[in-house]
Amino acid sequence: MTDRNFAYVRTEEAPRMPPPSDTHGPVHWLKENILSTMNDFSSPAKTVKSVVMMLLTVLSVLSAYAVISGMLTFLVVNGTFSIPEGVSGADACRENGGACWPFIAAKMRLMIYGAYPGEELWRVDVVYVLLAIGIAWVVWEKAPARGLVGALMLTAYPIVAFILLTGGALEGSWGAKGVWAVIGLALFGVGIAADKGVGGEALNAFSGAFKAIGGLLVGIVLVGAIFSIEFGLEPVRTSLWGGLLVTFVVALTGIVASLPLGIVLALGRRSQLPVVRMLSVIFIEFWRGVPLITVLFMSSVMLPFFLPPDTEFDKLLRALIGVALFSSAYMAEVVRGGLQAIGKGQYEGGMSLGLSYWQQMRLIILPQALVLVIPGIVNSFIALFKDTTLVLIIGLFDLLGAVQNQALKDPEWINPTAGTTGYIVVAFMFWVFCFGMSRYSQAMERKLYRGHKR
Amino acid sequence: MKKLAFIGALAGAGLIAGMASAATLDDVKAKGFVQCGVSQGLPGFSNQNDAGEWSGIDVAVCRAVAAAIFGDAQATRFTPLSAKERFTALSSGEIDILSRNTTWTMTRDTQLGLNFAGTNYYDGQGMMVPKALGVTSALELSGAAICTNTGTTTELNITDFFRANNMDFSLIAIENSDEVVRAYDSGRCDVFTTDRSGLAAERLKLTAPDDHMVLPEIISKEPLGPVVRQGDDQWFNIVRWSFFAMINAEELGVSSENVDEMKSSDNPNIQRLVGVDGNFGTEMGLTNDWAYNIIKHVGNYGEVYEATVGPNTPLKLERGVNALWSKGGLQYAPPIR
Repeated sequence: MTDRNFAYVRTEEAPRMPPPSDTHGPVHWLKENILSTMNDFSSPAKTVKSVVMMLLTVLSVLSAYAVISGMLTFLVVNGTFSIPEGVSGADACRENGGACWPFIAAKMRLMIYGAYPGEELWRVDVVYVLLAIGIAWVVWEKAPARGLVGALMLTAYPIVAFILLTGGALEGSWGAKGVWAVIGLALFGVGIAADKGVGGEALNAFSGAFKAIGGLLVGIVLVGAIFSIEFGLEPVRTSLWGGLLVTFVVALTGIVASLPLGIVLALGRRSQLPVVRMLSVIFIEFWRGVPLITVLFMSSVMLPFFLPPDTEFDKLLRALIGVALFSSAYMAEVVRGGLQAIGKGQYEGGMSLGLSYWQQMRLIILPQALVLVIPGIVNSFIALFKDTTLVLIIGLFDLLGAVQNQALKDPEWINPTAGTTGYIVVAFMFWVFCFGMSRYSQAMERKLYRGHKR
Repeated sequence: MKKLAFIGALAGAGLIAGMASAATLDDVKAKGFVQCGVSQGLPGFSNQNDAGEWSGIDVAVCRAVAAAIFGDAQATRFTPLSAKERFTALSSGEIDILSRNTTWTMTRDTQLGLNFAGTNYYDGQGMMVPKALGVTSALELSGAAICTNTGTTTELNITDFFRANNMDFSLIAIENSDEVVRAYDSGRCDVFTTDRSGLAAERLKLTAPDDHMVLPEIISKEPLGPVVRQGDDQWFNIVRWSFFAMINAEELGVSSENVDEMKSSDNPNIQRLVGVDGNFGTEMGLTNDWAYNIIKHVGNYGEVYEATVGPNTPLKLERGVNALWSKGGLQYAPPIR
């Protein structure tokens, strides 16, 4: 084959030429993206448009320059990065007039852990690291056993985090736990027996309810038992928690609790059973009708009057309950929006296959409805994450509170720029988390795309 | 049946809440610490350091009470409270002492079911002006532009003061206290007015703090002190005398450094203070070294003042009216005998 050489057949590849200069490079980019809107002078109207576009472009470039250079001047050029010998940190920052980074360094511990005791900080670190690993694992699509890790993150992780953060070893009588466990097991047993037809038709209809309630009781007792085990950890009361720790605990509890609660409420609101429907509507409309700030304030100011003075009803727990109930009401409405978008045929198809109500929901309706409302769900999550700053109302110092009420009130550090620097750092941290959630939700939408968009 | 039980539980809870004011000392001893309501952060009065530990002149009162009861100034827990929730937190029994820069007024003392146990800081509204203005008295401020916070008594006081002295002024009231400082710093107004302790802290936010001065006039009385629930005289006495012990210690020259030597002092006043002579502690339900523990672990009033708000701290507040009565101030404690 190769021995036949023809003069007109190339034996080597022709050298590759660069593409024409007007199809690539910065000049092309400029022409395509910027100049194309302002180079049309063919008629008076188009000339006016081009001139206006030119002016607008110049203006935006100038304002972008002003903002960016202003930020850089404050953050870097005039910023204080180290404290000279013999000068206090506050004076050094006042002298330079820019961002006060030593202040952030000194207060970083407050911003991340709050007043959590120094020797126990590793416990918070473990919780943070486990959270990061768990989330990365679930988010990374090629990771093995993602389902298992996801399930562990929703079940085992909260228990581990609770024990690590509080120290575990809750008080509570083992006798009571035993009694509840026996009741739970008995109910579960009745459920199984009813399934097998013992007790006839009437009991059989409720076998699911018996099993569910029994299982729930046993589960609660089990978790309670784990919480009361003595692990030898120093107890740390929640009033010492603060900064990012409180932000995460409140936001994650709200997020994790609001989705299932919201789904149940949304289904309840569309239920055929009038009592269930009424209760759901009342719950949703009550919690949506009250501002979160009021919920928190009531829980902090009014609740103590209804409790005996010695009961220490944890402030953080109050906030968690308030936030979870509040956000589940919003979540219910988001999910209901998804449910309404599912055609009647889907329900009828499920029924014609002989699926029970819960099977229909689990296998047909919810997988479609939830995908539809991912933007709404994540919207609620982001709003909730940012709303956590309101816990300041009840004297809990979250990330923002740690800067505003702990760091900035230290007389050693008061100076003209500490506040601005602190707020910029907090804003940046919030932005990173919210932006991360937003990007993840977009990736999820693309992945779960089923061609229902037209 | 369940409903009845629930109502019963609620009524019971209400009853118990009503009786909360009975023996606070027993409750405190049982739980092992003093629960103390403080501000959410006020420099020098109750603020937190880099590790989140509380300090300040208000915090010291709580530590003194803890030291008097337990001999341990760290047997305290702090509840940061907003101005709105402070009195509810006290009357509901959530806290044992409220030591949160709270002004002692007749309404609060007589109508809220509270008692003020003393005055640990005599504050008052003051005025700060740039030195460049060349003013030495507030009476020369006619025509001045004044910066203050909106809707506070500060606004009311300054208006009254200028009207009473027939002076013109324009008021620039701003909601956020950081913005008030910025407005003053940028020269939008000539005078910045708030409580003098607040002026000391806000002044640090100025670009050139040394170019500004606080005028001598004090236009309102703001005695700040610890508050307890009404109806528990024993607890009231403990808080009040824990504070008095610190003032008496300063007056007698007993400090945290020399208190051990002072135990062998010949002065009967000192002997009674440090518990060598008499049963002053046990009569109150404490031990006789109650005051010794306060001085040892917290210090006398002067030491606390110097460490939290005094001239050597960034706040640089002179003793002024908070000096001992024997040095021209108002701090005066009845004798221990």
